[in-house]
Amino acid sequence: MPEGPITSVPGGQPGVSRRNFIKGVIAAGATVSASAYLFRANIAGQDSSLPGSVERLITLNVNGQERRVDVLKHETLAMTLRYKLGLTGTKLGCDRAECGACTVLVDDVPHYSCSVLTHTVRGKKIVSIEGLAAPDGTLHPVQQAVVNGQGFQCAFCMPGFVMATVGYLKTNPSPTRAQLAHGISGNLCRCADYNKILDVMMNAADAMRRA
Amino acid sequence: MPAAIRDVMPAFELFQPTSVADTLGLLERHGADAWVMAGGMDTFDWLKDRIRKPKVVVDLSAVAELRGIKDAGGGIEIGAMTTLTEVAGNALVKERFGLLAEAAGLVASPQIRNQGTMGGNVAQDARCWYYRAGWPCYRAGGNICYADTPTSVNREHAIFDADRCVAVNPSDTAPALIALDAQMVVRRGGSEMVVPAQDFFVGPGVDITRLTMLQPGDLLTAVRIPGTWSGKQFYFEKVRDRQVWDFALVNVASAISASGNTISDARLVVNGVSARPYRLEAVEAFVRGKARDEQTAEQAGELAVQGALPLRHNAYKVPLMKALVKRAIRGAGEWTS
Repeated sequence: MPEGPITSVPGGQPGVSRRNFIKGVIAAGATVSASAYLFRANIAGQDSSLPGSVERLITLNVNGQERRVDVLKHETLAMTLRYKLGLTGTKLGCDRAECGACTVLVDDVPHYSCSVLTHTVRGKKIVSIEGLAAPDGTLHPVQQAVVNGQGFQCAFCMPGFVMATVGYLKTNPSPTRAQLAHGISGNLCRCADYNKILDVMMNAADAMRRA
Repeated sequence: MPAAIRDVMPAFELFQPTSVADTLGLLERHGADAWVMAGGMDTFDWLKDRIRKPKVVVDLSAVAELRGIKDAGGGIEIGAMTTLTEVAGNALVKERFGLLAEAAGLVASPQIRNQGTMGGNVAQDARCWYYRAGWPCYRAGGNICYADTPTSVNREHAIFDADRCVAVNPSDTAPALIALDAQMVVRRGGSEMVVPAQDFFVGPGVDITRLTMLQPGDLLTAVRIPGTWSGKQFYFEKVRDRQVWDFALVNVASAISASGNTISDARLVVNGVSARPYRLEAVEAFVRGKARDEQTAEQAGELAVQGALPLRHNAYKVPLMKALVKRAIRGAGEWTS
């Protein structure tokens, strides 16, 4: 058995969660062989003297940290966050700008990270679900409201809904229920638990106004 | 056809120019190999599904001069890369051309409006699922229409002006821009062309492979709206299966100037019914000088749908369009039936 934290496939050994397994693989730099997603030969030799040409090694501001990362030209932000930076809280549902599970904030504005080229967000502030809590671990009021109200069933869509809500509340801190529903209408919940989601998000808005 | 995740897009060379001049240079250098990307909301489906495989993508997101909304002598100029969220929320657009603000605010979903652009919304390609799935139809350069056979699923297709291809223009802002008599600013090579919005869109009789007059190498830089219809009476309505994300089954945009209850001038455009946004010039001529009442609206609705040729599954669009035209003439508020 190899040294290090990864000693088994997920489920094969108690104490190794799927999430930690994925993160371990990424941390170990094994992505090259493990992920068929990202690594393909690049086409067309590049000439960096041309106007508008793009360097692959870039710095991204993610959750308040400067992260150096090698980004392919055709790589989406969701792929970079999940498979290069290990930020697996951002979920991929449809990969087609339909479901909202991959929603992150780019300069405070909600975007579908499955449909953003990572190279287009150089110099912008990216916030994913991992970046919401305070450094001491205190949850963001929206996260806390979700916990308090147990707002989701399977919760696969939860990070996207939380990010969409955080982004929307920046533009309208005192929404009516109908306004909030419209504001986060770009997200789908396959458990169809919309009423409960709106309940907890309205509670979150209330808590943020009182804070 | 359900979208399937395969993996990310196939590789391409990416350029991110910072000026219109550099953009045009890149488009000229790469010719038909180059794909112009604005917000990407149309682009990514094509690339992820491997239906289009451009060697070079020219991303416009860093071209600052293509962004923003300017006051232009009673009218406005909207940079092609201005997001739909900005258009929908801009004070000047809302004050003068509420029709466009409303149309932009009804596009897709909040996240898509945050990224999708004015230029992209008017220049987007047809959404016919046979075409989008890569079937070798007329629009894709082939010699058959898969949406117009006895077994085709064509509930969302054209009822007017079909010519071999039965796809429709999917844009919400396009009919609003035509109703407002907007001008599209297009750079072709070294020169700038200013094209009336109505002529910017083309039907299959003109070019069956495109919905607009844009050729490879062209760049739509801005939309100009003259002051002519500033602050007039507007009506926009979009009917779709879902209240979010969906494209219009039929939408309607109208601009009416009236003195008292008499219509002095009107512009009416319906989309989702043909490959070009469908301007109702006969209806406009008919309502000029008429009272803005139920009778005029009823007759306008009848006139609007004359000549409609529904396909097997989209006959519902005829009464739907008729009702929308009636409402657009009568205006919001008082309409009850």
